[in-house]
Amino acid sequence: MSTTNYIGKPTSRVDGPAKVTGTARYAGEYAVANLAYGYVVSSPIAKGKITKIHADEVLALPGVIQVFSHENVPSLAWFDRSYKDLVAPGGSPFRALHDAEIKFSQQPVALVVAENFELARYAASLLRVEYEQEAHETNLETQRAKGYEPGRGKTGFQPPPPPRGNPDKAWEEAPHRMEAEYVHGAQHHNPMELFATTVEWRGDGKITAYDKTQGVYNVQQYLTKIFGLKKDDCRVVNEYMGGGFGAGLRPQYSVFLAVLAALELKRSVRLTLTRQQMFSFGHRPHTLQYLKLAANADGSLAALQHHALHETSHFEDYTENVVNWSGMLYQCENVKLGYQIAKLDVYTPLDMRAPGAASGSVGLEIAMDELAYEAGLDPLEFRLRNYAERDQNQDKPFSSKKLRECYHQGAAKFGWDQRTQAPRSMRDADGKLIGWGIGGGVWDATQQKSAAKASITADGKLTVLSGAGENGAGTYTIMTQIAAETLGLPIEAVTFKLGDTELPEAPLQGGSWTAASVGTAVKNTCEALGEKLLKLAQKMDNSPLKDAKPEDVEFVNGQIRLRADANQAVVLRDVLQASGETKVEADSSAMPNMLKQQQYSLHSHNIVFAEVKVDEELGTIHVTRVVNAVAAGRILNLKTARSQVLGSVVWGIGMALMEETVMDHKFGRYVNHNFAEYHVPVNADIHDIDVLFVEEEDDIVNPLGVKGIGEVGMLGVAAAVANAVYHATGKRVRDLPVMIDKLL
Amino acid sequence: MNSFTYHRATAVQDAVQDKAGHDGSAYIGGGTNLIDLMKENVARPTHLVSVGKLPLADIENLPDGGLRLGATASNADTAWHDEVKSRYPLLNQAILAGASPQLRNAATNGGNLMQRTRCYYFYDLATPCNKREPGSGCSAIGGFNRVCGILGTSESCIATHPSDMCVALAALAPTVRVSGPGGERSIAFDDFHRLPGNQPEKDNTLEPGELILSIDLPKEGFNKNFSYLKLRDRSSYAFALVSVAAALELDGNTITDARLALGGVAHKPWRDQAAEDLLKGQPATVETFARAAAKVLEGAQGHGSNDFKVELARRAIVRALKQAAEGTQTASDVFQNSNP
Repeated sequence: MSTTNYIGKPTSRVDGPAKVTGTARYAGEYAVANLAYGYVVSSPIAKGKITKIHADEVLALPGVIQVFSHENVPSLAWFDRSYKDLVAPGGSPFRALHDAEIKFSQQPVALVVAENFELARYAASLLRVEYEQEAHETNLETQRAKGYEPGRGKTGFQPPPPPRGNPDKAWEEAPHRMEAEYVHGAQHHNPMELFATTVEWRGDGKITAYDKTQGVYNVQQYLTKIFGLKKDDCRVVNEYMGGGFGAGLRPQYSVFLAVLAALELKRSVRLTLTRQQMFSFGHRPHTLQYLKLAANADGSLAALQHHALHETSHFEDYTENVVNWSGMLYQCENVKLGYQIAKLDVYTPLDMRAPGAASGSVGLEIAMDELAYEAGLDPLEFRLRNYAERDQNQDKPFSSKKLRECYHQGAAKFGWDQRTQAPRSMRDADGKLIGWGIGGGVWDATQQKSAAKASITADGKLTVLSGAGENGAGTYTIMTQIAAETLGLPIEAVTFKLGDTELPEAPLQGGSWTAASVGTAVKNTCEALGEKLLKLAQKMDNSPLKDAKPEDVEFVNGQIRLRADANQAVVLRDVLQASGETKVEADSSAMPNMLKQQQYSLHSHNIVFAEVKVDEELGTIHVTRVVNAVAAGRILNLKTARSQVLGSVVWGIGMALMEETVMDHKFGRYVNHNFAEYHVPVNADIHDIDVLFVEEEDDIVNPLGVKGIGEVGMLGVAAAVANAVYHATGKRVRDLPVMIDKLL
Repeated sequence: MNSFTYHRATAVQDAVQDKAGHDGSAYIGGGTNLIDLMKENVARPTHLVSVGKLPLADIENLPDGGLRLGATASNADTAWHDEVKSRYPLLNQAILAGASPQLRNAATNGGNLMQRTRCYYFYDLATPCNKREPGSGCSAIGGFNRVCGILGTSESCIATHPSDMCVALAALAPTVRVSGPGGERSIAFDDFHRLPGNQPEKDNTLEPGELILSIDLPKEGFNKNFSYLKLRDRSSYAFALVSVAAALELDGNTITDARLALGGVAHKPWRDQAAEDLLKGQPATVETFARAAAKVLEGAQGHGSNDFKVELARRAIVRALKQAAEGTQTASDVFQNSNP
């Protein structure tokens, strides 16, 4: 019996004890000597110019060290490209305190640095800044006509595929048709942990930046280019994160300001944004979607058009893949997809959990529900009839696709066969309307280049290093599992470290690719270390493994043993003792196998079943049950994976029922920029959630067979809830979130 | 937040004198609202007089059969108090509908009356607000006003009072006992909060320096037929879009006495005695309730994004009165979860 097989098991978080006992350090918590504290002053206007900053009044306060603004910022890198981080969209990145120009409301206009936080905050409240206001435009509705097709600015962005067939004609001729517009407002990531940076001044122009980021390497290259620092002099660390959801993909202005102050003052500086300021940067963009679908008499899709328009800033072309998924989720010969963005006086939007797909699945999956009703078909049956066996966008087979199993297993778990099709046909014992709806989606399974390093000491303790990110998803745990299983060690003997530019380079944590990318690197590295250990084992006297090749042996239960004969084994610790080495090391990296992968379409899929209960008279909605069936390749850890999908469902419920950042166009400013009025679900909003992972083997996506689950669980949730509301009430709400007033 | 000095008062007289001796000072109880306002620079007191340790935390029976709620008793202790649960379950329900357990543990009864509006613009110094800065203008009128009022608003302010507890109190009609430089006096609850008129900066009728000592409930607690119904944008930890405190005395199916107050709709907890009068002597039917609702909402006016509140309030009043007549609500013994 093997006890060191961990992959797939519901292993508890290895970082759990550190988090619940408070020993885990977050960016704004690192104890650093002689700290000064920064506080950001934000612009009250959306567009215009700063005409005067009365810094003198504030500098007169004892304990205030400096007021940084465009008036005194030293000359920094000149070209835009120096400010472009690894996931910057096309355009000219925002530079804080660069000049007098105001481009969006809540733009940072000054940084007050003082001896303590309270003083910095007080001084910031006193700082008088005069502005010359200009007319702003923040309303996407009025800018529809100014939409344009963006260029390929951003990594991962794919313009929609060219049209196929004749969607207009097919739509005209089809017996069942629908067309409608769907809208959702802006949403802000709002991780619990506020953006913060603690910059430790190490003397002589050297710094360590403890920064809230999903990619320490991204922040390092950003800082080195702007401030002209050598990589060795600019270490970036982020060991723990209180949620990211994409907010930490790009370096925020907070890290720029904190480093600027530290370098200028030659002193350690801490800067923490306020909750209100968490609404001052990227967000899921306000998006308008137009869907035009038709079905034939047999329920097959005759035509599909999906066009989307969302906001961007005036300085960058933020892009995400909103409509492309619609060309591949269902089989359809007549497809046209369109995608545009329009400039507003706002900060550039930013990838938020399942960027593009979360929005696109709202449009597509509500539209599919509408067409199912037009065609008189059960929404699940309608999807089964239009099952895509092949990715028609790329004209490639899927490396694996178990969505049909998701449909069947999810339906069985939910009890979908008990549903009656007619709206308003189901009620509970209290007379409340019951609605059942579905929605789902598709997400990329990608792998990025990633490196790792492993070392084992004579006492049998393994340390594995990779500069990956951990936004709370479970990276520490799954990497520890992979390393422990690969080298047959008890999980307690393995330590995985991440989030440090002094570790081997790993990609940003985003796009659901960490498990595939860093996981494969960890596996390769541990295998490389295993080969070294085998060689040492073969040098032992009377080694039973003398003639074994690496593929002949396995690492299990602290031993290296022959696969063919488990009794022919050596204890790993004995190998290390006999070798006389105090430490054995290996490093390796992993790259996607492009040759193999490019022949296939690599994607994860899901389907969500949702039940709502509606008090029709009062317009209140409760999502009483959700089943989310996910096909995402191999699941490395059932526990952390389930938690990720649970979190995704909660996000989706928020998107469906309450989350929206409301812009007051008169001020060009978000008015509900606080947690009292920006509503995310609380415990009382969340009831039963079931997560199913269907078995999906895939040896094409990567050697581990994993596809990642950070995004896919969120897809279709909001649509399923909105569709359930329709089934319950007969009211089709196309403007999310579905709040009380929309049902009155 | 600005710098301030701090004094922990030991006696009511000490508190009142200390406050009078400091311009720009404020009383602080649990601080659950004032500290927020200070952090946002909406309130900038230069001196705080802490009243949290004053001997005003008792909840005790009054000779007239009523119940005295000490000003510094916590909202939680009040909601869970045996006398409140058995005699004034409407108050128990309303308190538990508000905030979170942590906040209710810290918040005091006096402070609950003193909380300020949650209008978006009141909290955002970048926007004009007559309540925060008299004469600067009202951003909510013509702006985003989902949380704002539909009754008793003025051209200078459409803000609402955010309390749940106060809606139940408005229905129960206690008196508020206060002490100040001019001595002690009692204020009828309905006269405690005021409408904005052209002085929206004034939330209530307290004279400068006056301190709340207690809230004295009358004997009648409507503990059989009552309902507190709160409608909001999520199931907990959100301010009311509309809330209704309804209480009835029934003789068979005939209403002999009625109380009706609304939250989330006006600058003050909105009790409508004309609607109550209309209920009295009538059969407890949906038709009667609808007439009362129509009476309450005579003259109700939406301001754009809160137009729906008129209809929502109408339906909520009918539902709350119906629930009250059915007599199915009871005081809570455990933490409330929304039960769909």
